[in-house]
Amino acid sequence: MNNKTLNMLDAGQNARVIQVKGKGPSRRRLLEMGMLPGVGLSVTKKAPLGDPVDFKLKGYNLSLRKQEAQMVVVEVTGGVK
Amino acid sequence: MAEKIKVAVAGNPNVGKTTIFNALTGARQKIGNWPGVTVEKKEGTKKHKGHVLEIVDLPGTYSLSAYSADEVVARDYIIDEKPDVVVQVLDSTNLERNLYLTSQLLEMGTNLVLALNMSDRAEMRGDDIDIPRLESLLGVSAIKTVANEGGGIEALLDSIVSKTESNPPKPHEIGYGKTVEEKICALEDILGNDTELTKHYPARWMAVKLLEGDENVLSKLSSSNIEGKVQNYLSGFDNEEYEVEMADKRYEFIGALLPQVCTTCAEDVSPSDMVDKVVTNKYLGIPIFLSLMWGMFELTFALGTPFMGLIGKFFGWLGGAVAANIESAWLASLLGDGIIAGVCSVLLFVPNIFILFFAIALLENSGYMARAAFIMDKLMYKMGLQGKSFIPMLMGFGCSVPAIMATRTLEDEKDRLITMLVTPFMSCGARLPVYILLAGTFFGREAGSVIFGLYVLGILVAILSAKLFRTFIAKGQPSPFIMELPPYTRPSLVNSLLYMWNQGYLYLKKVGTVIIGGVMLVWVLAYFPQGVEYGSAESLIGSLGQLIEPLVAPLGFDWKIAVALIFGVVAKEIVVGSLGTLYGTGGGESLSPALLADPSFSPAIALGLMVFTLLYVPCFGAVAVIKKETGSWKWMFFQAAYSTAVAWVLALVTVLVANLVL
Ligand SMILES: Nc1nc2c(ncn2[C@@H]2O[C@H](COP(=O)(O)OP(=O)(O)O)[C@@H](O)[C@H]2O)c(=O)[nH]1
Ligand SMILES: [Mg+2]
Repeated sequence: MNNKTLNMLDAGQNARVIQVKGKGPSRRRLLEMGMLPGVGLSVTKKAPLGDPVDFKLKGYNLSLRKQEAQMVVVEVTGGVK
Repeated sequence: MAEKIKVAVAGNPNVGKTTIFNALTGARQKIGNWPGVTVEKKEGTKKHKGHVLEIVDLPGTYSLSAYSADEVVARDYIIDEKPDVVVQVLDSTNLERNLYLTSQLLEMGTNLVLALNMSDRAEMRGDDIDIPRLESLLGVSAIKTVANEGGGIEALLDSIVSKTESNPPKPHEIGYGKTVEEKICALEDILGNDTELTKHYPARWMAVKLLEGDENVLSKLSSSNIEGKVQNYLSGFDNEEYEVEMADKRYEFIGALLPQVCTTCAEDVSPSDMVDKVVTNKYLGIPIFLSLMWGMFELTFALGTPFMGLIGKFFGWLGGAVAANIESAWLASLLGDGIIAGVCSVLLFVPNIFILFFAIALLENSGYMARAAFIMDKLMYKMGLQGKSFIPMLMGFGCSVPAIMATRTLEDEKDRLITMLVTPFMSCGARLPVYILLAGTFFGREAGSVIFGLYVLGILVAILSAKLFRTFIAKGQPSPFIMELPPYTRPSLVNSLLYMWNQGYLYLKKVGTVIIGGVMLVWVLAYFPQGVEYGSAESLIGSLGQLIEPLVAPLGFDWKIAVALIFGVVAKEIVVGSLGTLYGTGGGESLSPALLADPSFSPAIALGLMVFTLLYVPCFGAVAVIKKETGSWKWMFFQAAYSTAVAWVLALVTVLVANLVL
């Protein structure tokens, strides 16, 4: 299927959020920052050492460690691989 | 009597809160800590049209649910202190996410004034925000501001004052959808039984917060007889299930509002993204980061060291003048070796602290600091820390005092504590003279490698200690990395200078006294009993050295070294000077031959002494700063005891191994 978690994406890819898994404060923080089902985002860049990864959503840049990115299930909608 | 108005400045991080706060209060600021936590508290006052505004700069928050110590502070202040007016500063170029906090403030029924900041940028990219419309839809006052140029500040002041004259607004209601609303209603019913409580806090708001699992609100029930009922009701389901819906509805509310007030020309790539293509580039990112760090380090210590030299010279001259002109020997010594030396060791750090904090302010305000954390995070995470810990630890190579203060840029308390506790292991500049003397004397051509090895040892001890502390005392993972990379901005000079001044002043006020106290104590020990030579075997410190000699004897240290180490707590470079005194040579050239001639000294012992000097209790300055920044004697004593224990063990190992090898 097309469903992946955010940590699996490459720079330049676009995706739409399907679900934020997990529990606790990190999940709530992600939701409050706008990482909600239906929201579109793109991967702007990875840190030089490959982690964390920076995303653009709702017009701003949000960086997540891969560990946190793993909580977000997305569907890839396009963009360059 | 002028009427006092309590004003809180709230908002997301990096939207210009501090700039607004500075513009509102000018230099009339008071910096301290919020009680019980290491989060910085800034207060100031402003007279405006016969009113006295008491303004607090709250830490940045994305929402009012408690996530980090910063957010707890901001949320508790708004809930418990009930400021007369809350000014929420918003980044006009990113209204959607900023309005999330607004929606929560509205739900609370706070008396809200919105400062739509960065409106210069919004206008530049062609945004058109309909202020009257926004005001009427939300029932708040809104002012466009350009804080770094002072734009809109007068209007903001007017608006704050007139806000207190109108009636407080009714709390705003956001519809959360059927399932959640049922729960809210049920909770409201229970809460309604305690009229005392609902008089202070709106019932619906409390119900929403309880559903969100807010501990502050829950604790408000502890004295109420309905607490059991509420707990009972809440335990009937898993409230985390509703998190998505609640966040979603708030964004839906914002989504419905925005198109009515704002037309935006959507941008594909912002200028910041272009800059980041270079600055966080896979190949260039780390070199750029390291050059900037190197630049900051050079600036701080290359520019600061001549000033340190001047300060040292001045006080040296002053001490000499005092000694020459005061008849009474004890008074001369008290003034010269005690008070003047004490004041000198306080002021010695001031140039470094000022320059470093100016540089940090520039990096922080420009938006680069967030990138630095982004770039270094993976490496630091492996050590049990996070990206932002890198800068303080690097600064530790210069001087632990400003480095420990630089941990203020870390939001998470545990991350910050661990960083503070391990930073003194980074070998600071004051230890270098000790290495130069001992390595130079005993290792000749190998001196460079020995010194390099000491630096590496310091780093290794810092890394392992961080791992250890993360496992045993500040348990858990480093804080999750969910961080905004704010747009780059031109840092404001006024902001940066104020920041620098505030930090420097804080150091003088809070840390200075502890350092002087420590230096005075050592003076008393070295001077008495009356009539003995200062710091000699017969003085109290000499006796103390002989007393603790058995403790350091396993390391091969005699009482002279013990005394030098006690002096070294004043400042590590004093180890050299006091060895000079004890060997009767002064600190100059003749000390080396004297050490070589002493049969109780050997290369192995010199190595052990260098390892010990590197690791044992940091100087009074660093210790005092740990006390100040952690707000607790406990952590200060812990750091002192832990580092001395580590020093003892590793020095012992060093001496034993060196005896075999050398
Ligand atoms: N272009 C622009 N920059 C601003 C404005 N207000 C603040 N800044 C800059 O934004 C950066 C962050 O400001 P600061 O007050 O530290 O934000 P805080 O984290 O909310 O306290 C600083 O470099 C300011 O100079 C504004 O209205 N326009
Ligand atoms: Mg600020």
